[in-house]
Amino acid sequence: MSISLSAITKSFGKNSVLKEISLDIADGEFLTLLGPSGCGKSTLLRILAGLELQSSGTVSIGGRTVDGVRPKRRDVAMVFQSYALYPHMTVAENMALPLRMRGLNAWQRLPLVGRLLPGTRIAKRQIEEEVRRTADALSIGPLLDRKPGQLSGGQRQRVALGRAMVRQPTVFLMDEPLSNLDAKLRVQMRAEIKELHSRLGVTFVYVTHDQSEAMTLSNRVAVMLDGELLQVAPPHEIYADPDDRRVAEFIGSPKINMLAGTVRERGRIDAAGTTLSAVLDMPVGTLVAVGIRPEAFHLTHHAGAGSFAGTVRLVEHMGSDLFVHLDVRGQGEPLIARLLAERAPHVTIGQTLHLAADLDRVLLFDEAGRRIRTTREGRGASVARLREMA
Amino acid sequence: MMAGILSVPDHLRRRRATSTRPPDATVEHAVRGHRHADIATAWSLAGPALILLMALFFLPVLTVFVIALTDWQFGASSLSFVGLANFREVFADQGFHASFLNTILYVLIVVPGTILLGLGIALLIESGKSCRAFYRALHFLPFMATLTAMAIAWEALLHPTIGLVNQTLAGFGLPTANWLRDEHTVLPVLAVIGIWQNLGYAMVLFLAGLKAIPQDLYDAADVDGADAWLDRLRTVTLPILGPVTMFVSIVVALKAFETFDTVQVLTQGGPEHASEMLLYTLYRESFQYLRTGYGSAVAVVFLAIVVALTLVQARLMDRKVHYQ
Amino acid sequence: MSAASSTTRLSAPGLLRHAVLLATAALVLIPFVWMVSLSIKPPGEIFRTGFSFWPHQFYGFENYAKAMTEAPLPRYMLNGVIVCTLIVLLQILVCAPAAYALAKLDFPGRGLLFGMVLVALILPHEVLALPLFVLGYKLGILNTYAALIFPYVVSPFGIFLFRQFFKTIPDDVVHAARLDGLNELAIVWKVMLPMAVPAIIAFAIFSVVSHWNSLFWPLIAVRDQALMPPPLGIMAFRNEEAGNDYGPLMAAATIVVAPLVIAFLAAQTWFVEGMTGGAVK
Repeated sequence: MSISLSAITKSFGKNSVLKEISLDIADGEFLTLLGPSGCGKSTLLRILAGLELQSSGTVSIGGRTVDGVRPKRRDVAMVFQSYALYPHMTVAENMALPLRMRGLNAWQRLPLVGRLLPGTRIAKRQIEEEVRRTADALSIGPLLDRKPGQLSGGQRQRVALGRAMVRQPTVFLMDEPLSNLDAKLRVQMRAEIKELHSRLGVTFVYVTHDQSEAMTLSNRVAVMLDGELLQVAPPHEIYADPDDRRVAEFIGSPKINMLAGTVRERGRIDAAGTTLSAVLDMPVGTLVAVGIRPEAFHLTHHAGAGSFAGTVRLVEHMGSDLFVHLDVRGQGEPLIARLLAERAPHVTIGQTLHLAADLDRVLLFDEAGRRIRTTREGRGASVARLREMA
Repeated sequence: MMAGILSVPDHLRRRRATSTRPPDATVEHAVRGHRHADIATAWSLAGPALILLMALFFLPVLTVFVIALTDWQFGASSLSFVGLANFREVFADQGFHASFLNTILYVLIVVPGTILLGLGIALLIESGKSCRAFYRALHFLPFMATLTAMAIAWEALLHPTIGLVNQTLAGFGLPTANWLRDEHTVLPVLAVIGIWQNLGYAMVLFLAGLKAIPQDLYDAADVDGADAWLDRLRTVTLPILGPVTMFVSIVVALKAFETFDTVQVLTQGGPEHASEMLLYTLYRESFQYLRTGYGSAVAVVFLAIVVALTLVQARLMDRKVHYQ
Repeated sequence: MSAASSTTRLSAPGLLRHAVLLATAALVLIPFVWMVSLSIKPPGEIFRTGFSFWPHQFYGFENYAKAMTEAPLPRYMLNGVIVCTLIVLLQILVCAPAAYALAKLDFPGRGLLFGMVLVALILPHEVLALPLFVLGYKLGILNTYAALIFPYVVSPFGIFLFRQFFKTIPDDVVHAARLDGLNELAIVWKVMLPMAVPAIIAFAIFSVVSHWNSLFWPLIAVRDQALMPPPLGIMAFRNEEAGNDYGPLMAAATIVVAPLVIAFLAAQTWFVEGMTGGAVK
């Protein structure tokens, strides 16, 4: 089922949480809403689910406008960060609840009277079978008679998934479903969710603050900050070709190096004591931000134009890589370069080092934080053009 | 509330673990001397409380048991053991039967009444956002107010001719009664006062229980289709309040068993023992009739009920763990 | 939260909620209202059938003056203040060091002592009344302030509450205080208690309310009118003097109830926490 959000805003009193969010999600897509806590991603998901009402804008699911439609009529299932399992019900009862609420009427759900009504028994047997089938698919069959309190974190996670799956919804909403698990289990469940998505083939909307989850799971990632949608693109593009300085800074670890630069004649840029030959159509003297990812640096022996000179402040050995922190004159924070360990065997603290940046991978941003696409960047520019055509 | 109490001594265990390392003799000696000083300090801090607990709680309880087994009278210089004679007398006494049954009946009215009203008001208060503190304060007020004084106000309300209750009933053409002098109405009326006094307390405990229900569960219920008021109540609210409800029931039952002030002020157990309750019997036998043996036997029965209820409560609090 | 309830305007269910709650609150408050109403009415109006809250003839001054002068009501109130204050102070004095030892010190017998506290917590005071009466008699303190106070000098609930609170204070605070040269008793008074102010307030409220309102033990312990705390005093006033003189009687009742009610309305949250014994958190 495709989803379309158009110009969604949400404010609590004077506090505006979502600012004009528009987003189209294709049928069967795995889309991740990624952003730091408090950016409004969970609120957006809750609006999509119908748990909260937008202040303005329209939500449609499968081409049908669902504003004011209750959650249960939206045909969405949701997995909560806390799993939100009913603690007094067994696993089977937890999973059966959505089916009971849909398949049985209020009288049939009554404890004793319900059993006497026509059709209850058959409907109940169907529900039981459905629960059993789903439980087996998630290999939680043996846990059906337990209560959530007796389960481990990973098992609860599966039950929560099972409760969402059991009624075969066309849209899955997941609100940080892995954040309560330990690191190892998180990686494992991540793979399972990915597999579940390809098996079910329905739309998944996934909220997380963890970029590695977003990068590994998604078809597309929507990066949100302060209630704004900054960029929606496939994971590799979000990383390599960000539209916005804040996206570039949020994605990637260690963080991208941001240098203050000034445009000089013939499109060159002065930054951190060196001159980069980016070709820019901008007036001389314009201030820009120069973003260089740590792995876009390499060691060079040449001092002078295009290379950054500095003193090594710190070396972090990461096995195959080295993170080198370099104090560069005129630059407040040290540059961080990620070098292949074998290419930089003898880097020591206090040493003077020259780093050159791959000009293809240098990202430029204007003062407002918008990306400036240089004429050099053939690929990036063509992507931008393609997007305009679409 | 009671569950966390018994899991203390890991800090103690840790100390032991470190002190099992074999230190050399002088250090060991010094450490031991230190330990002795520590222990002395600890006991000097806890000592006054210990002595007073013994003198004011444990010796008196033992004394009650002893007196209950003797024929001792207040002021008498000698006593002899009479075995269970006092208990036999108590259990054979029609007056005690009445008192015991009245107390049970009173508790059986007060507990459900208090729970239902307290829960209902708590649900109503929590169902909206405005004026919560205001409504909570108004309903909690009777629990704070001096019951002796309020009993006198109730007496005026229930006055057969000038009381508001009878005037209102008469105004609607309904039958009136001499509420506190009629053996059929006196106990239910006392129970109403008991409910009036305790419902705010139950309400406050339920409000705390309601606050502790995670919003996620209601959201999940919404998505799962249990979004009507009654369905939410049945799927989430009431089952999760289950343990709180058990806790409140027992606490209110304990309070109801300990009812004394209203009986003493309003009815003195009358008419015809119709409103006599255990604590009043205990008071009257021990301190007015000075039947100390009999009174102590009643005290032992009363204590047994209270302890039994408390043990049930402790068991239930342990079971609550499964819910988390 | 459902989409419907997140709107702030008054909806039909919202109005119904206010209507029902106002009705139940009104019912709950009737005894208070009736009490105050009678306390400002002249006898003639009280005994006339047909009712209004406000009297035709305001008789409040006369009734309250009579309540204050005919019975030693100021004396009762003073007794209540003296007894409650002494009880609270002594309880804190006895309970805080013990609670500190239980929470922060390691000594043989600690488990046993704490077990005793828990057992004492269960025991209803009324069961202990007879032996305590005998004890008071042997000590020759019956019919004195001491008789009203001595059974409550140690409070198992106080020890328990303080211990729970002290346990939440990090051990490092104690270690730092020791390094600064404080002895254990000084740690209790200068470090632990100042940090435990919320627990002390909650406990003090619990203690004062219980003892201000208590009737059972004062009824046994004192005979002399000059020593009676308010509940006992007002009962004596009703039995002896006021009988059917409802105006002054209700004025006296209002005066007895007023201090706690006013304090409660001023510090609602503290009172709720204190009176529910920390069960609400």
